[in-house]
Amino acid sequence: MITLEHVSKTYSTGAPALNDVSLHIEPGEFVFIVGDSGSGKSTLIKLLLRELMPTSGSITVNGINVAALKHREIPMYRRKLGVVFQDFRLLKDRNVYENVAFAQRIIQTPGREIKKNVPSILSTVGLAGKYKARPKQLSGGEQQRVALARALVNNPPILLADEPTGNLDPNNSWEIMKLFEEINEAGTTVVVVTHNREIVNAMRKRVIAMNKGVIVSDQKEGTYVDEI
Amino acid sequence: MKFSTFFYTLKQGFVSIFRNKWYSLASVATISACLLLFGVFYSVVANFQYIVKMAQEGVSVTVFFDEGLSDDRIAEIGDIITKRPEVARINFVSADEAWESFKDEYLGEYADGFGDDNPIADSANYEVYLKDVSKQEELVKYLKGVDGVREVNHSDITANTLSGMNKLISYVSLAVIGILLAVSIFLISNTVTIGISVRKEEINIMKYIGATDFFVRAPFVFEGILIGIIGCLPPLVAIYFVYQHVIDYLSTRFTMLSQLLKFLTVSQIFQVLLPVSLAIGIGIGFIGSFSTVRKHIRV
Ligand SMILES: Nc1ncnc2c1ncn2[C@@H]1O[C@H](COP(=O)(O)OP(=O)(O)O)[C@@H](O)[C@H]1O
Ligand SMILES: [Mg+2]
Repeated sequence: MITLEHVSKTYSTGAPALNDVSLHIEPGEFVFIVGDSGSGKSTLIKLLLRELMPTSGSITVNGINVAALKHREIPMYRRKLGVVFQDFRLLKDRNVYENVAFAQRIIQTPGREIKKNVPSILSTVGLAGKYKARPKQLSGGEQQRVALARALVNNPPILLADEPTGNLDPNNSWEIMKLFEEINEAGTTVVVVTHNREIVNAMRKRVIAMNKGVIVSDQKEGTYVDEI
Repeated sequence: MKFSTFFYTLKQGFVSIFRNKWYSLASVATISACLLLFGVFYSVVANFQYIVKMAQEGVSVTVFFDEGLSDDRIAEIGDIITKRPEVARINFVSADEAWESFKDEYLGEYADGFGDDNPIADSANYEVYLKDVSKQEELVKYLKGVDGVREVNHSDITANTLSGMNKLISYVSLAVIGILLAVSIFLISNTVTIGISVRKEEINIMKYIGATDFFVRAPFVFEGILIGIIGCLPPLVAIYFVYQHVIDYLSTRFTMLSQLLKFLTVSQIFQVLLPVSLAIGIGIGFIGSFSTVRKHIRV
């Protein structure tokens, strides 16, 4: 489902952010990526989103050679990826409903179906009844649920999350992670970058640990790995 | 583009204008100001050119014939003159007509003393009207060489002044229109850049979710076009209502010039001003938003 082969990424300034990383994720897996700040986790996510190009190596996602995509092919590619960020990235001047519906409008879903799908996904993430609220009127946990609903409404085969609980209190963090788990159980491949030691230790999923741009450990049903 | 996408684009364009009230207002005001300047300027120049053109049409060259020249030869000379490319039309004035008009103009009631005699029997002539007064000198030189022509009367001063003035007006109008366009494009691109910086984040989010460039751009571009159209309205309305007052004022204030000063009507002005203003407004709105969105759209 996701394969990286000898991938390196060096920003124009300084040392490589990723250094010869190889990695394989099977369909239906749930993977945590952990590591100190600056270890290259976000860079990895950005490469998967094709926000960045690798300096060397190859990345294959859903059978697509990501580095070879042309500019105009990128939108189609991204529609197969659900993505959630630490800072939610909602459209501030649209309400909850419109934020989620937006993802469907992009792929030209007929209006009738949008009216069915959006309420259904909003109730899945526990936000039924908040359709008309603006992002500003919601708590962090609620905003992240909207972002999650938006990421999921088009049924992407892969969900990527970069520190999705970084701005949330422990309760909300747990609820978001539980949602990820449910989504994963329904068949979606889930990759979550996180600093949340307690949750990682409790959930017993695959844990990939990074440090200074390299993978330092990769455990099945693992636990949070401290700096090595 | 699907129907639902089309309506989404229109709706977002409208919503966006109201959501970013100040940005929209600034853009509309900029376009309005430019188009007002353009409109006022156009009205002045168009009238100037109209006045010059009217005056030009009044300028004629008069051709007199050798004494006792046959009617056939006079007709031939008429053909020769008509065939000249710079000639708009000619008018034959018989000796009797010339005498009548001379009487009317200079003698009035004293003309009765002449009875039925025509003291200027050889004054039959052609009045020649030119398409382009700047060619007058050339034409006069040619006509003097034509067999059977006795004399050619003309006024150098009028012709030269008019064609000079016409050139001057053309240059000045080109320069001013150029400056206005440059200023308005500069102002618009500034305003749009400010507006876009607010929405840069929004654009990036849309791209993360997989929106195509077209899908992201279309509402912004539609918004720009809409702003352009709205920006056209105030100056057009203002000019429409003020123009007639100004013309009336000028005509009553300078009555002795009213013979010379012929003004265009509002509808004549609007035949050009309306489509050109709309085109400029829409063009500026389109180019401004399209190019600026394009700059900020690569993620
Ligand atoms: N846009 C950038 N330009 C230059 N260096 C960057 C950029 N983004 C990240 N880096 C550097 O790359 C390294 C990895 O960063 P990042 O992938 O954000 O780490 P993490 O998400 O694990 O905290 C860091 O040393 C960081 O300073
Ligand atoms: Mg990071």
